[in-house]
Formats: sequence, structure tokens, C-alpha cells
Amino acid sequence: MDAASFVQRRRRQLALAALLAVAVALIPLIVKDVYIQNILVLTLMYAALSQSWNILSGYCGQISLGHALYFGLGAYTSALLFTKFGVLPWFGMLAGGALSAAIALALGYPCFRLRGHYFVIATIVIAETAYLLVLNWEWAGAALGIDMPVRQDSWLTLQFARTKLPYFYFALVLASITWLVTWALEDSKWGYWWRAVKDNPEAAESLGVVVFHSKMAAAAVSAFFTAIGGAFYAQFVSYIDPDSVMSFHFSLLMALPAVLGGIGTLWGPALGAAILIPLTELTRSYMGGSGKGVDLIVYGTLIMVIALARPEGLVGLFRTRRREPAR
Amino acid sequence: MTAETIIQSLASGLLMGLLYGLIAVGLALIFGLMDVVNFAHGEFLMAAMYATFGLAALAALDPLIASPLVAAAMFGFGALVYLGVVRFAMRAKANAGMVQIFATFGLAILMRGLAQLLLTPDYRSIPTSWLGGRTISISGIFLPAPQLVGALIAVLAFGGLYVLIRHTDFGRALEATREDPGAVALVGIDRNRIFALGWGLGAALVGLAGAVMAMFFYIYPDVGASFALIAYVVVALGGFGSVFGAFAGGILVGLVEATTAMILPPSLKSVGIYAVYLLVVFVRPRGLFGSL
Repeated sequence: MDAASFVQRRRRQLALAALLAVAVALIPLIVKDVYIQNILVLTLMYAALSQSWNILSGYCGQISLGHALYFGLGAYTSALLFTKFGVLPWFGMLAGGALSAAIALALGYPCFRLRGHYFVIATIVIAETAYLLVLNWEWAGAALGIDMPVRQDSWLTLQFARTKLPYFYFALVLASITWLVTWALEDSKWGYWWRAVKDNPEAAESLGVVVFHSKMAAAAVSAFFTAIGGAFYAQFVSYIDPDSVMSFHFSLLMALPAVLGGIGTLWGPALGAAILIPLTELTRSYMGGSGKGVDLIVYGTLIMVIALARPEGLVGLFRTRRREPAR
Repeated sequence: MTAETIIQSLASGLLMGLLYGLIAVGLALIFGLMDVVNFAHGEFLMAAMYATFGLAALAALDPLIASPLVAAAMFGFGALVYLGVVRFAMRAKANAGMVQIFATFGLAILMRGLAQLLLTPDYRSIPTSWLGGRTISISGIFLPAPQLVGALIAVLAFGGLYVLIRHTDFGRALEATREDPGAVALVGIDRNRIFALGWGLGAALVGLAGAVMAMFFYIYPDVGASFALIAYVVVALGGFGSVFGAFAGGILVGLVEATTAMILPPSLKSVGIYAVYLLVVFVRPRGLFGSL
């Protein structure tokens, strides 16, 4: 691909994203049903979360199954600052993001020496340790969690009891920002370094890519946005406990849309979330009562089939055929 | 805390550790053979526990009698999982590592869903078994009989596995395939067959562990999840792929867990295991016995 068509393709993607964002923003004009709007909020939130996960695990190739740690850190930092000190969630959100990024760097320092499954298991173990610690942390509500005090609906406190719409727009903006950040990073020095680190760390190192710094940068960006998502979720559901924001389940939920849509691709996480989240929510509500476990069966089968049949993800279906680069 | 209670705790920790080793060894075997981590390993354990429960409830078979049957059934199941799922995951050209992880994760979620749907999320236990509820006293230390016998079974299984790997044709074929899966075809070994048998053997071992666990542990659809994480830690501690590393890793994890439970509140007992895992891999990134 020559340089001109590359620039053109990136412009087209940007235009497509802008168009899509406007189209999604108009959905609530047609869809008034609160239940459906709720699913839309979750879908957009997971698109954002999965995109954040994708930066570290997809682009940089460091598979994390412990992102519930950053999600929980964001949710708890914001919720604790709000309920204990009256700090507005907007600041709590940024504080949670900054704290998560800092912790990602501190953890990355020893963890990024680990390879393959040793790394994956370390991410699970660290998140699980944090989960157990919060579960026993009395000041933070321990297993009972934190109940947000209900005040007036306001953008200031990000609390809306009567309507879901503000959450919808917040989630849309968050998903758009993570997409834009990924889009910008794709063509930056970091983007190229990350893909080099993923494909062949030894070769990357020999070409002067600072492998360690690349991983650290990816981890910090990824953790920051995951925590923003966590803080948003805390305001959205206005009640958090360790099980609902820090359990292993969440780490998996963040990874799956990207896996389904396409790991390490710009559109994969959004596409995956758009399919996976409505599908699970709908199977859960329609089958949940009568047949416990049907949602899991649908979910598990889907992941298995996608992993086996389309390892590059569903975005592959949309991609115009391109010649494989010579190796 | 008296010396007696400390010895008592460590002794139970040792027994539990041997069982952890037995739960984990199948995972280590499969990884060593073909570099694949089975993320449905915990669900294999869950399936074996339900099978043992079923045989006890429907055929009035004691778990001890049922254990070889369960192991045999799990052997078949493991081989089928290889032939039906993993074989295809290994063909992936893009994102190979990720595909193996998520294909087996998908299987795990599917199995959990099936268990919830067909067997309900209720907690079950085997009400009476020969060993259930009995304790055995060895020089003043009281040990629960199911765990003690389970630990013995684990030691025997490891002994049998050692003989199998070192002294039989199948074991040699296993070792050769793990060394060079391409070259074994030249001497007439069917790689796919060895992989399928390896998966069968790995599943049979966790099946044996499941039969033992069913004697003293609640059986429910999510039971595999907590043991799976311990099994991964055991395998990684021992060094991925090292069968006897899993044995040592299991004992270490059992002792660490017992020690942690003496110091911290019971709900935090896993924190000690996790901390030891992180300490070990930060110092030795390939685990205790893993080759570099």
C-alpha cells in the first residue's frame, strides 16, 4: 500500500467513525424503551472498555485477563471520593484513571519480564488478590459495597434517576474517545512499536524498539481508560461491590468483544460489543428465568466458534481483500 | 497458637497440596506435550465431580469405587475435546495463542452453562460415603480420611505417571512428540493420536481428582473456577510443562495456603498462594523447575 492510499484509508475511517457516532447519537430519538436504552449504554461502555483492553492486549500483544483490577480501581476511587469526601465524580474519574495508570506502571515493571502464560496468570492472580483485599476492606464497605447517596439529577454529580439518556451520551463520548485515541495511536511511533513488540519482540529489540517502554506505555493508556469506564459504571448503577466490579468475570467480559470482533483492530471491539452485549442481555432476560445457564451456553458456543472459525475476528468479513505482505 | 495446631494445619495443608498437585498435573502434562493451556481445566474437574455425584446418587456407588470409572469416562471426554476443539484451535495462523485461550475459555463457559441448565445451580454433596466424615489419628494429629486417602491416591497416580512416562512405549512416544512433533512422524508415530491420548490422560488425572474431591467438597456448576486458578498457579510455580514440577508445586501451594490461613482471616487464604506465585516468577520467570 502506498503512502497516499494509506492516508486516504485513515481519513475514510475517521469519516466513517464520525458518521457512525452521529447515527448512534440519533438512536434515542427513535428508541424510547428504557430497557433497550439500558442495553445500548452497556454496549457502548463495553465498546470503550474492550477498546482499552485492545490497546494492551491486541496491539501490544500482552494478554491481560486481569483488567477487572483497573475497572474496579476506577469505580472504587470515584465512588469512595464521592461518598466519603464529596468529591465530584468528574474529578474522581480522573483520579481513578491516574491511579490506575500509575498502578499499571508499577505492576508492569516486574510483570513485563514474564512471557506467555506466566504473564497471563500473573494478571489474573494480581486482579484476584486486589479483589480479595477489597472484599475484606471494611472502610470501603467490604463485601457489602458502596451505595451512592441519591441526590438530584445533575450533570455535576453524573446522577440521573429518571432518565438513562445522559448515561447514553456519556458512554457514546467515552467509546468515541477511546476509538479516537486508538486511531491516533495506530499511526504513531507507539502504534508501530507495539505491533513490532507483538509480532517479534527479539527482532523489535534489535531494531532499536524499546520493548519494555512500549509495553509500559500501552499498559498505562489501557489502564487509564478502563478505570474511566469503571468510574462511569459506578455512577450508572449507583451501587458497587467487589463482585460486581472486580471479579474475574469482568476481565473476561472486557476481552471478549475484542476477541469476537477482531483483536488488535480498530473496529473489532466496537463490532464485537455491538453483537455480544445485546445478545447476552437479551438471552439473559428472555431465557434467564426459565432456563438458567442458557445465556452462558450461547456465549460459550459463540466464543468457541469464533475462536476456531475466524481467529482474526469478525472484522475480517468486512475487510476488502488485500494482498498478504511478503515476508 | 500451639505447636500442635501448627503441625495439624501443616499436615492438612500437605494433604490438600497433594490433591492440588493431582488436579494440576493433567494441565502440566498437556502443556508440556503441546504448549496449550486448557482454560477449561476447572470445568473438567467440575464434570468429574458431577459424574461421581451421579454414580453415588443413582447407582449407589461409593466415590472410591466410582473413581476409576470417572477417570475412564474423563479419558474419553478429554480425547474428544482434543479431537473436536483443540485440534482446530492449533491450526490457527493468526493470533494462535489467543485462539487457544479463548477456544478453551468458550468451552469452559459452555460447560458451566450446561451444568446450570441441566443440573441446576444448587449446591450438592454426597451424603454418605465410606470415608466421608471419618478422621484418622496419627500420633495425635487428626486427619480427615477422604483427604488422607485422596493424598495417597495422588501419590500413587504420580508414581504411575512416572512409570508410564519413563518405562513404556507410550511414554517414550509422548516424550518424543513433546521434543519434536514434526520429526516423530518419520518414525511412524501419529502425532494426532498421541495428542488425543495426552488429552485423555490429562483429563483422566483431573477426573481422579474430581472423584476424590466429591467426597468432601460441595458440587456446583462454578466449583471448577476457584480450583482452576490454583491449578494454573501450581503448574506455573512448578514450571509449565514439568509434570513433577506440578507435584512439587502442589505441595508448596498446599503448605502456603495452610500457613496463610493461620495468619490471615480465612477469606484471604488464597492471597498467600498468589503472593508466592508472583515472588517465584519475578525471581525465576520460568517457575521453579521450568527449563529456560
